[in-house]
Amino acid sequence: MSPTDPTPPRSGDDGRGASGGRVLTVSGLRKSFGGNQVLKSIDLAVDQGQVLTLIGPSGSGKTTVLRCLNGLEVPDAGTVAFRGGPTVDFGGQVKRRQLMALRDRSAMVFQHYNLFPHMTVLQNIIEGPVQVQKRPKAEVVHEAEELLARMGLAGKRNDYPAQLSGGQQQRVGIVRALALRPSLLLFDEPTSALDPELVGEVLTAIKELAEEGWTMVMVTHELAFAREVASEVVFMDGGVVVERGHPDVVLRNPRQERTRQFVHRLLNPF
Amino acid sequence: MDVDWGLFWSSLWPITRAGLLGTIPLALISFALGLLIALAVALMRISGNRVLAGAARAYVSVIRGTPLLVQLFVIFYGLPSVGLVIDPWPSAIIAFSLNVGGYAAEVIRASILSVPKGQWEAGHTIGMSRGKTLQRIILPQAARVSVPPLSNTFISLVKDTSLASLILVTELFRKAQEIAAFSQEFMLLYLEAALVYWVFCLVLSSGQSHLERRLGRHVAH
Repeated sequence: MSPTDPTPPRSGDDGRGASGGRVLTVSGLRKSFGGNQVLKSIDLAVDQGQVLTLIGPSGSGKTTVLRCLNGLEVPDAGTVAFRGGPTVDFGGQVKRRQLMALRDRSAMVFQHYNLFPHMTVLQNIIEGPVQVQKRPKAEVVHEAEELLARMGLAGKRNDYPAQLSGGQQQRVGIVRALALRPSLLLFDEPTSALDPELVGEVLTAIKELAEEGWTMVMVTHELAFAREVASEVVFMDGGVVVERGHPDVVLRNPRQERTRQFVHRLLNPF
Repeated sequence: MDVDWGLFWSSLWPITRAGLLGTIPLALISFALGLLIALAVALMRISGNRVLAGAARAYVSVIRGTPLLVQLFVIFYGLPSVGLVIDPWPSAIIAFSLNVGGYAAEVIRASILSVPKGQWEAGHTIGMSRGKTLQRIILPQAARVSVPPLSNTFISLVKDTSLASLILVTELFRKAQEIAAFSQEFMLLYLEAALVYWVFCLVLSSGQSHLERRLGRHVAH
Protein backbone atom coordinates (compact mmCIF):
# COMPACT_ATOMS: atom_id res chain seq x y z
CA MET A 1 0.00 0.00 0.00
CA SER A 2 1.17 3.48 -0.71
CA PRO A 3 2.40 5.51 2.22
CA THR A 4 0.54 8.54 0.91
CA ASP A 5 -2.93 7.72 1.97
CA PRO A 6 -5.88 9.64 0.60
CA THR A 7 -8.04 8.93 3.60
CA PRO A 8 -8.25 11.88 5.93
CA PRO A 9 -8.06 10.70 9.52
CA ARG A 10 -10.97 11.41 11.79
CA SER A 11 -10.10 14.26 14.15
CA GLY A 12 -6.44 13.69 13.34
CA ASP A 13 -6.32 10.66 15.56
CA ASP A 14 -6.83 7.42 13.74
CA GLY A 15 -4.70 4.30 13.89
CA ARG A 16 -1.90 5.39 11.57
CA GLY A 17 1.37 7.24 11.72
CA ALA A 18 4.42 6.52 13.81
CA SER A 19 4.18 9.77 15.72
CA GLY A 20 4.44 7.84 18.97
CA GLY A 21 2.41 8.35 22.07
CA ARG A 22 0.32 5.90 23.96
CA VAL A 23 -2.92 4.89 22.25
CA LEU A 24 -4.24 2.41 24.77
CA THR A 25 -3.60 1.70 28.42
CA VAL A 26 -5.17 -1.27 30.12
CA SER A 27 -4.64 -2.02 33.78
CA GLY A 28 -5.87 -4.61 36.22
CA LEU A 29 -8.29 -6.21 33.80
CA ARG A 30 -10.21 -9.09 35.41
CA LYS A 31 -12.96 -11.26 34.03
CA SER A 32 -14.73 -14.38 35.24
CA PHE A 33 -17.31 -16.53 33.49
CA GLY A 34 -19.29 -18.23 36.21
CA GLY A 35 -16.70 -19.45 38.68
CA ASN A 36 -13.99 -19.59 36.04
CA GLN A 37 -11.54 -16.70 36.29
CA VAL A 38 -10.41 -16.16 32.71
CA LEU A 39 -8.42 -12.97 33.23
CA LYS A 40 -6.46 -12.35 36.43
CA SER A 41 -5.32 -8.76 36.32
CA ILE A 42 -3.99 -7.98 32.86
CA ASP A 43 -1.94 -4.86 32.11
CA LEU A 44 -1.26 -3.74 28.56
CA ALA A 45 0.00 -0.63 26.84
CA VAL A 46 -0.03 0.03 23.12
CA ASP A 47 1.78 2.92 21.46
CA GLN A 48 0.85 4.58 18.21
CA GLY A 49 1.98 2.48 15.25
CA GLN A 50 2.74 -0.52 17.42
CA VAL A 51 1.73 -4.06 16.55
CA LEU A 52 1.08 -6.05 19.68
CA THR A 53 0.48 -9.76 19.28
CA LEU A 54 -1.13 -11.90 21.95
CA ILE A 55 -0.10 -15.54 21.88
CA GLY A 56 -0.85 -18.42 24.20
CA PRO A 57 -2.64 -21.73 24.49
CA SER A 58 -6.39 -21.86 23.98
CA GLY A 59 -8.22 -20.87 27.11
CA SER A 60 -5.42 -18.56 28.15
CA GLY A 61 -7.72 -15.54 27.94
CA LYS A 62 -6.18 -13.74 24.96
CA THR A 63 -9.41 -13.51 22.96
CA THR A 64 -11.23 -12.33 26.07
CA VAL A 65 -8.74 -9.46 26.40
CA LEU A 66 -9.52 -8.41 22.84
CA ARG A 67 -13.26 -8.64 23.40
CA CYS A 68 -13.01 -6.53 26.54
CA LEU A 69 -11.22 -3.81 24.57
CA ASN A 70 -14.09 -3.72 22.10
CA GLY A 71 -16.80 -3.79 24.75
CA LEU A 72 -18.06 -7.19 23.59
CA GLU A 73 -17.34 -8.48 27.08
CA VAL A 74 -17.69 -6.38 30.20
CA PRO A 75 -14.71 -6.95 32.52
CA ASP A 76 -15.35 -7.37 36.24
CA ALA A 77 -12.60 -4.91 37.16
CA GLY A 78 -9.84 -2.84 35.66
CA THR A 79 -9.57 0.25 33.49
CA VAL A 80 -9.34 0.70 29.75
CA ALA A 81 -8.17 4.09 28.56
CA PHE A 82 -7.93 5.31 24.98
CA ARG A 83 -6.00 8.43 24.12
CA GLY A 84 -8.40 11.23 23.40
CA GLY A 85 -11.23 8.86 24.19
CA PRO A 86 -12.95 7.39 27.15
CA THR A 87 -11.34 6.02 30.27
CA VAL A 88 -13.65 3.32 31.50
CA ASP A 89 -13.27 1.99 35.03
CA PHE A 90 -14.98 -1.37 35.21
CA GLY A 91 -14.71 -1.48 39.00
CA GLY A 92 -17.92 0.53 39.26
CA GLN A 93 -21.18 0.67 37.39
CA VAL A 94 -20.51 0.84 33.65
CA LYS A 95 -23.11 2.49 31.46
CA ARG A 96 -23.95 1.24 28.00
CA ARG A 97 -22.93 4.65 26.68
CA GLN A 98 -19.39 4.06 27.96
CA LEU A 99 -19.18 0.71 26.20
CA MET A 100 -20.34 2.36 23.00
CA ALA A 101 -17.64 5.02 23.39
CA LEU A 102 -15.07 2.28 23.86
CA ARG A 103 -16.22 0.53 20.69
CA ASP A 104 -15.93 3.79 18.85
CA ARG A 105 -12.16 3.78 19.26
CA SER A 106 -11.43 0.30 17.99
CA ALA A 107 -12.63 -2.04 15.27
CA MET A 108 -12.63 -5.79 15.39
CA VAL A 109 -11.72 -8.33 12.72
CA PHE A 110 -13.24 -11.68 13.67
CA GLN A 111 -11.92 -15.20 13.30
CA HIS A 112 -15.05 -16.20 11.38
CA TYR A 113 -15.25 -12.85 9.50
CA ASN A 114 -18.85 -12.23 10.66
CA LEU A 115 -19.71 -10.38 7.47
CA PHE A 116 -23.37 -9.52 7.02
CA PRO A 117 -24.57 -12.20 4.57
CA HIS A 118 -27.59 -10.23 3.39
CA MET A 119 -25.49 -7.27 2.28
CA THR A 120 -23.09 -6.88 -0.61
CA VAL A 121 -19.40 -6.30 0.00
CA LEU A 122 -19.86 -2.57 -0.41
CA GLN A 123 -22.91 -2.45 1.86
CA ASN A 124 -20.98 -4.37 4.52
CA ILE A 125 -18.24 -1.77 4.47
CA ILE A 126 -20.33 1.40 4.40
CA GLU A 127 -22.94 0.25 6.93
CA GLY A 128 -21.05 1.50 10.00
CA PRO A 129 -19.73 4.78 8.58
CA VAL A 130 -23.11 5.71 7.04
CA GLN A 131 -25.61 4.32 9.55
CA VAL A 132 -23.68 4.93 12.76
CA GLN A 133 -21.10 7.63 12.07
CA LYS A 134 -23.53 9.48 9.79
CA ARG A 135 -20.85 10.35 7.27
CA PRO A 136 -21.91 11.33 3.73
CA LYS A 137 -22.57 8.22 1.70
CA ALA A 138 -20.80 9.35 -1.48
CA GLU A 139 -17.60 10.04 0.45
CA VAL A 140 -17.76 6.70 2.28
CA VAL A 141 -18.40 4.76 -0.94
CA HIS A 142 -15.43 6.45 -2.60
CA GLU A 143 -13.20 5.58 0.34
CA ALA A 144 -14.53 2.00 0.45
CA GLU A 145 -13.74 1.50 -3.23
CA GLU A 146 -10.17 2.68 -2.71
CA LEU A 147 -9.72 0.37 0.25
CA LEU A 148 -11.16 -2.54 -1.74
CA ALA A 149 -8.81 -1.84 -4.63
CA ARG A 150 -5.83 -1.78 -2.30
CA MET A 151 -6.90 -5.11 -0.83
CA GLY A 152 -7.12 -6.62 -4.31
CA LEU A 153 -10.92 -6.76 -4.20
CA ALA A 154 -11.70 -4.11 -6.81
CA GLY A 155 -14.27 -6.12 -8.79
CA LYS A 156 -16.05 -7.53 -5.75
CA ARG A 157 -18.09 -4.59 -4.47
CA ASN A 158 -21.43 -6.01 -5.58
CA ASP A 159 -20.78 -9.60 -4.59
CA TYR A 160 -22.39 -11.18 -1.56
CA PRO A 161 -20.08 -12.70 1.07
CA ALA A 162 -21.19 -16.24 0.18
CA GLN A 163 -19.75 -15.73 -3.31
CA LEU A 164 -16.25 -15.03 -1.97
CA SER A 165 -13.45 -17.28 -0.77
CA GLY A 166 -12.53 -17.27 2.90
CA GLY A 167 -9.47 -15.14 2.24
CA GLN A 168 -11.52 -12.61 0.30
CA GLN A 169 -14.16 -12.54 3.03
CA GLN A 170 -11.55 -11.85 5.66
CA ARG A 171 -10.04 -9.05 3.60
CA VAL A 172 -13.53 -7.55 3.33
CA GLY A 173 -13.71 -7.90 7.11
CA ILE A 174 -10.49 -5.93 7.37
CA VAL A 175 -11.78 -3.21 5.02
CA ARG A 176 -15.00 -3.02 7.06
CA ALA A 177 -12.88 -2.37 10.15
CA LEU A 178 -10.63 0.18 8.38
CA ALA A 179 -13.63 2.11 7.04
CA LEU A 180 -14.60 2.95 10.63
CA ARG A 181 -11.29 4.86 10.99
CA PRO A 182 -10.53 3.40 14.39
CA SER A 183 -7.61 4.34 16.63
CA LEU A 184 -6.88 0.69 17.09
CA LEU A 185 -7.42 -2.41 14.98
CA LEU A 186 -8.21 -5.63 16.82
CA PHE A 187 -7.64 -8.98 15.11
CA ASP A 188 -9.02 -12.12 16.72
CA GLU A 189 -7.16 -15.06 15.15
CA PRO A 190 -7.87 -13.64 11.69
CA THR A 191 -6.42 -16.60 9.80
CA SER A 192 -7.46 -19.51 12.02
CA ALA A 193 -10.59 -20.34 10.03
CA LEU A 194 -8.87 -20.15 6.64
CA ASP A 195 -7.69 -22.92 4.39
CA PRO A 196 -3.88 -23.03 4.63
CA GLU A 197 -3.32 -21.73 1.10
CA LEU A 198 -5.41 -18.62 1.86
CA VAL A 199 -3.58 -17.64 5.05
CA GLY A 200 -0.80 -15.87 3.19
CA GLU A 201 -2.95 -13.32 1.39
CA VAL A 202 -4.61 -12.21 4.63
CA LEU A 203 -1.34 -12.01 6.57
CA THR A 204 0.21 -10.01 3.72
CA ALA A 205 -2.68 -7.56 3.89
CA ILE A 206 -2.27 -7.18 7.66
CA LYS A 207 1.48 -6.77 7.32
CA GLU A 208 0.96 -3.96 4.82
CA LEU A 209 -1.34 -2.22 7.26
CA ALA A 210 1.32 -2.55 9.94
CA GLU A 211 3.91 -1.06 7.63
CA GLU A 212 1.55 1.76 6.88
CA GLY A 213 1.57 2.57 10.58
CA TRP A 214 -1.78 1.26 11.82
CA THR A 215 -1.83 0.48 15.50
CA MET A 216 -3.04 -3.03 16.16
CA VAL A 217 -3.54 -5.77 18.68
CA MET A 218 -3.71 -9.27 17.25
CA VAL A 219 -4.43 -12.64 18.73
CA THR A 220 -2.64 -15.19 16.58
CA HIS A 221 -1.00 -18.56 16.36
CA GLU A 222 1.11 -17.48 13.39
CA LEU A 223 4.48 -17.22 15.11
CA ALA A 224 6.35 -16.49 11.87
CA PHE A 225 4.08 -13.52 11.33
CA ALA A 226 4.55 -12.34 14.90
CA ARG A 227 8.30 -12.63 14.60
CA GLU A 228 8.39 -10.53 11.46
CA VAL A 229 5.71 -7.94 12.10
CA ALA A 230 5.08 -7.57 15.83
CA SER A 231 6.69 -4.81 17.83
CA GLU A 232 5.82 -6.66 21.01
CA VAL A 233 4.74 -10.21 21.76
CA VAL A 234 2.69 -10.93 24.87
CA PHE A 235 2.52 -14.55 25.96
CA MET A 236 -0.51 -15.37 28.11
CA ASP A 237 -1.34 -18.52 29.98
CA GLY A 238 -4.01 -19.21 32.57
CA GLY A 239 -5.33 -15.66 32.54
CA VAL A 240 -2.04 -13.92 33.29
CA VAL A 241 0.75 -12.43 31.19
CA VAL A 242 3.65 -14.84 31.54
CA GLU A 243 6.14 -13.00 29.41
CA ARG A 244 6.27 -10.02 27.14
CA GLY A 245 8.84 -8.32 25.01
CA HIS A 246 10.41 -8.03 21.60
CA PRO A 247 9.55 -10.99 19.35
CA ASP A 248 13.23 -11.90 18.99
CA VAL A 249 13.39 -12.44 22.73
CA VAL A 250 9.99 -13.99 23.47
CA LEU A 251 9.90 -16.26 20.44
CA ARG A 252 13.60 -17.14 20.10
CA ASN A 253 15.05 -16.93 23.59
CA PRO A 254 12.17 -16.90 26.04
CA ARG A 255 13.08 -16.41 29.66
CA GLN A 256 10.14 -18.36 31.01
CA GLU A 257 9.93 -22.12 30.79
CA ARG A 258 6.19 -22.02 29.97
CA THR A 259 6.83 -19.70 27.03
CA ARG A 260 9.61 -21.90 25.79
CA GLN A 261 7.41 -24.98 25.91
CA PHE A 262 4.54 -23.25 24.11
CA VAL A 263 6.73 -21.87 21.33
CA HIS A 264 8.43 -25.22 20.95
CA ARG A 265 5.09 -27.03 20.67
CA LEU A 266 3.83 -24.61 18.05
CA LEU A 267 6.98 -24.90 15.95
CA ASN A 268 7.19 -28.70 16.35
CA PRO A 269 3.60 -29.95 16.43
CA PHE A 270 4.60 -33.64 16.39
CA MET B 1 -76.10 -36.74 -9.04
CA ASP B 2 -76.98 -34.11 -11.58
CA VAL B 3 -74.77 -31.07 -11.42
CA ASP B 4 -76.57 -27.79 -11.88
CA TRP B 5 -73.83 -26.11 -13.94
CA GLY B 6 -76.01 -23.07 -14.46
CA LEU B 7 -76.07 -22.48 -10.71
CA PHE B 8 -72.34 -23.21 -10.47
CA TRP B 9 -71.41 -20.53 -13.01
CA SER B 10 -73.92 -17.97 -11.79
CA SER B 11 -72.75 -18.34 -8.17
CA LEU B 12 -69.01 -18.41 -8.95
CA TRP B 13 -68.60 -14.66 -9.18
CA PRO B 14 -70.66 -13.78 -6.07
CA ILE B 15 -68.62 -16.29 -4.04
CA THR B 16 -65.27 -15.14 -5.49
CA ARG B 17 -66.29 -11.53 -4.95
CA ALA B 18 -67.10 -12.21 -1.29
CA GLY B 19 -63.65 -13.79 -1.09
CA LEU B 20 -61.93 -10.78 -2.63
CA LEU B 21 -63.86 -8.26 -0.54
CA GLY B 22 -64.19 -10.28 2.68
CA THR B 23 -61.80 -13.17 3.08
CA ILE B 24 -58.67 -11.63 1.55
CA PRO B 25 -58.81 -8.19 3.25
CA LEU B 26 -59.70 -9.85 6.55
CA ALA B 27 -56.71 -12.17 6.23
CA LEU B 28 -54.30 -9.47 5.06
CA ILE B 29 -55.21 -6.93 7.74
CA SER B 30 -55.24 -9.53 10.51
CA PHE B 31 -51.92 -10.96 9.34
CA ALA B 32 -50.23 -7.56 9.22
CA LEU B 33 -51.46 -6.63 12.71
CA GLY B 34 -50.70 -10.14 13.94
CA LEU B 35 -47.09 -9.86 12.76
CA LEU B 36 -46.65 -6.61 14.67
CA ILE B 37 -48.02 -8.26 17.81
CA ALA B 38 -45.82 -11.31 17.17
CA LEU B 39 -42.66 -9.21 16.78
CA ALA B 40 -43.39 -7.38 20.02
CA VAL B 41 -44.11 -10.63 21.85
CA ALA B 42 -41.00 -12.30 20.44
CA LEU B 43 -38.84 -9.37 21.54
CA MET B 44 -40.43 -9.48 25.00
CA ARG B 45 -39.55 -13.15 25.27
CA ILE B 46 -35.89 -12.66 24.37
CA SER B 47 -35.55 -9.35 26.23
CA GLY B 48 -34.09 -10.97 29.33
CA ASN B 49 -36.67 -9.08 31.40
CA ARG B 50 -38.52 -11.64 33.52
CA VAL B 51 -41.82 -9.78 33.74
CA LEU B 52 -42.00 -9.10 30.00
CA ALA B 53 -40.89 -12.61 29.11
CA GLY B 54 -43.45 -14.10 31.51
CA ALA B 55 -46.28 -12.00 30.11
CA ALA B 56 -45.30 -12.99 26.57
CA ARG B 57 -45.19 -16.67 27.49
CA ALA B 58 -48.62 -16.47 29.12
CA TYR B 59 -50.10 -14.77 26.06
CA VAL B 60 -48.71 -17.39 23.68
CA SER B 61 -49.92 -20.17 25.96
CA VAL B 62 -53.49 -18.84 26.15
CA ILE B 63 -53.77 -18.19 22.42
CA ARG B 64 -52.39 -21.57 21.43
CA GLY B 65 -54.26 -23.41 24.13
CA THR B 66 -57.77 -22.24 23.25
CA PRO B 67 -59.80 -22.73 20.06
CA LEU B 68 -59.93 -19.85 17.63
CA LEU B 69 -63.70 -20.22 17.42
CA VAL B 70 -63.96 -19.74 21.18
CA GLN B 71 -61.73 -16.66 21.04
CA LEU B 72 -63.95 -15.26 18.29
CA PHE B 73 -67.14 -15.91 20.27
CA VAL B 74 -65.71 -14.42 23.47
CA ILE B 75 -64.95 -11.19 21.63
CA PHE B 76 -68.18 -10.92 19.61
CA TYR B 77 -70.82 -12.57 21.81
CA GLY B 78 -69.09 -12.42 25.19
CA LEU B 79 -67.79 -8.89 25.53
CA PRO B 80 -71.23 -7.22 25.06
CA SER B 81 -72.26 -8.67 28.43
CA VAL B 82 -69.57 -6.55 30.06
CA GLY B 83 -70.71 -3.55 28.07
CA LEU B 84 -68.24 -3.81 25.22
CA VAL B 85 -70.03 -4.14 21.88
CA ILE B 86 -67.77 -4.57 18.86
CA ASP B 87 -69.02 -4.86 15.28
CA PRO B 88 -68.49 -8.11 13.33
CA TRP B 89 -65.56 -6.89 11.20
CA PRO B 90 -63.48 -5.35 14.00
CA SER B 91 -64.28 -8.36 16.21
CA ALA B 92 -62.97 -10.70 13.53
CA ILE B 93 -59.85 -8.62 12.97
CA ILE B 94 -59.10 -8.47 16.71
CA ALA B 95 -59.56 -12.21 17.16
CA PHE B 96 -57.53 -13.20 14.10
CA SER B 97 -54.73 -10.72 14.84
CA LEU B 98 -54.37 -11.95 18.40
CA ASN B 99 -54.38 -15.52 17.14
CA VAL B 100 -51.73 -14.92 14.48
CA GLY B 101 -49.73 -12.97 17.08
CA GLY B 102 -49.58 -16.02 19.32
CA TYR B 103 -48.46 -18.44 16.64
CA ALA B 104 -46.14 -16.15 14.70
CA ALA B 105 -44.40 -14.96 17.88
CA GLU B 106 -42.79 -18.37 18.29
CA VAL B 107 -41.76 -18.43 14.63
CA ILE B 108 -40.19 -14.99 14.84
CA ARG B 109 -38.48 -15.74 18.14
CA ALA B 110 -36.93 -18.89 16.69
CA SER B 111 -35.88 -17.02 13.54
CA ILE B 112 -34.16 -14.30 15.54
CA LEU B 113 -32.38 -16.90 17.66
CA SER B 114 -31.28 -18.72 14.50
CA VAL B 115 -29.10 -15.78 13.43
CA PRO B 116 -25.55 -16.48 14.69
CA LYS B 117 -24.37 -14.54 17.74
CA GLY B 118 -21.43 -13.26 15.69
CA GLN B 119 -23.86 -11.13 13.70
CA TRP B 120 -24.88 -9.26 16.85
CA GLU B 121 -21.21 -8.79 17.71
CA ALA B 122 -20.36 -7.57 14.22
CA GLY B 123 -23.19 -5.05 14.52
CA HIS B 124 -21.90 -3.88 17.90
CA THR B 125 -18.32 -3.64 16.70
CA ILE B 126 -19.29 -1.23 13.93
CA GLY B 127 -20.88 0.90 16.62
CA MET B 128 -24.52 -0.12 16.42
CA SER B 129 -26.81 -0.20 19.43
CA ARG B 130 -28.87 -3.31 20.16
CA GLY B 131 -31.96 -1.81 18.54
CA LYS B 132 -30.11 -0.76 15.41
CA THR B 133 -28.37 -4.13 15.14
CA LEU B 134 -31.73 -5.85 15.44
CA GLN B 135 -33.29 -3.65 12.79
CA ARG B 136 -30.46 -3.55 10.24
CA ILE B 137 -28.60 -6.83 10.76
CA ILE B 138 -30.68 -9.43 12.59
CA LEU B 139 -34.27 -8.99 11.38
CA PRO B 140 -33.42 -9.02 7.65
CA GLN B 141 -31.70 -12.36 8.15
CA ALA B 142 -34.45 -13.68 10.44
CA ALA B 143 -37.05 -12.67 7.85
CA ARG B 144 -35.63 -15.08 5.31
CA VAL B 145 -35.73 -17.97 7.75
CA SER B 146 -39.27 -17.18 8.82
CA VAL B 147 -40.92 -16.96 5.39
CA PRO B 148 -41.83 -20.66 5.00
CA PRO B 149 -43.33 -21.11 8.50
CA LEU B 150 -45.06 -17.73 8.39
CA SER B 151 -46.53 -18.63 4.99
CA ASN B 152 -48.07 -21.66 6.67
CA THR B 153 -49.55 -19.41 9.32
CA PHE B 154 -50.94 -17.12 6.66
CA ILE B 155 -52.53 -19.88 4.61
CA SER B 156 -54.11 -21.33 7.75
CA LEU B 157 -55.44 -17.87 8.51
CA VAL B 158 -57.01 -17.49 5.06
CA LYS B 159 -58.96 -20.68 5.63
CA ASP B 160 -59.74 -19.89 9.27
CA THR B 161 -61.42 -16.64 8.24
CA SER B 162 -64.38 -18.87 7.25
CA LEU B 163 -65.10 -18.95 10.99
CA ALA B 164 -65.99 -15.26 10.74
CA SER B 165 -69.15 -16.35 8.94
CA LEU B 166 -70.39 -17.39 12.40
CA ILE B 167 -70.19 -13.82 13.68
CA LEU B 168 -72.02 -12.39 10.69
CA VAL B 169 -69.06 -11.23 8.59
CA THR B 170 -69.91 -11.51 4.89
CA GLU B 171 -66.98 -13.41 3.52
CA LEU B 172 -66.53 -16.24 1.06
CA PHE B 173 -68.07 -19.05 3.06
CA ARG B 174 -71.03 -17.04 4.33
CA LYS B 175 -71.90 -16.10 0.76
CA ALA B 176 -71.78 -19.78 -0.24
CA GLN B 177 -74.00 -20.66 2.71
CA GLU B 178 -76.53 -18.02 1.69
CA ILE B 179 -76.73 -19.29 -1.87
CA ALA B 180 -76.88 -22.91 -0.67
CA ALA B 181 -79.73 -22.17 1.71
CA PHE B 182 -81.63 -20.41 -1.02
CA SER B 183 -81.05 -23.06 -3.73
CA GLN B 184 -80.86 -26.11 -1.47
CA GLU B 185 -77.80 -27.24 -3.50
CA PHE B 186 -75.50 -27.81 -0.49
CA MET B 187 -73.01 -30.22 -2.04
CA LEU B 188 -72.44 -28.05 -5.09
CA LEU B 189 -72.07 -24.78 -3.22
CA TYR B 190 -69.77 -26.08 -0.49
CA LEU B 191 -67.53 -27.80 -3.02
CA GLU B 192 -67.51 -24.59 -4.99
CA ALA B 193 -66.47 -22.66 -1.88
CA ALA B 194 -63.71 -25.23 -1.27
CA LEU B 195 -62.51 -24.77 -4.86
CA VAL B 196 -62.28 -20.99 -4.52
CA TYR B 197 -60.34 -21.31 -1.21
CA TRP B 198 -57.99 -23.73 -2.92
CA VAL B 199 -57.34 -21.37 -5.84
CA PHE B 200 -56.69 -18.51 -3.41
CA CYS B 201 -54.17 -20.66 -1.53
CA LEU B 202 -52.43 -21.70 -4.76
CA VAL B 203 -51.92 -18.05 -5.67
CA LEU B 204 -50.62 -17.27 -2.18
CA SER B 205 -48.19 -20.20 -2.29
CA SER B 206 -46.66 -18.88 -5.49
CA GLY B 207 -46.24 -15.57 -3.69
CA GLN B 208 -44.32 -17.41 -1.00
CA SER B 209 -41.80 -18.88 -3.46
CA HIS B 210 -41.33 -15.47 -5.01
CA LEU B 211 -40.64 -13.93 -1.60
CA GLU B 212 -38.23 -16.71 -0.67
CA ARG B 213 -36.26 -16.16 -3.86
CA ARG B 214 -36.12 -12.43 -3.25
CA LEU B 215 -34.97 -12.71 0.36
CA GLY B 216 -32.55 -15.50 -0.51
CA ARG B 217 -30.79 -13.72 -3.35
CA HIS B 218 -27.59 -13.34 -1.31
CA VAL B 219 -27.24 -17.09 -0.86
CA ALA B 220 -24.65 -18.56 -3.20
CA HIS B 221 -26.03 -21.03 -5.71
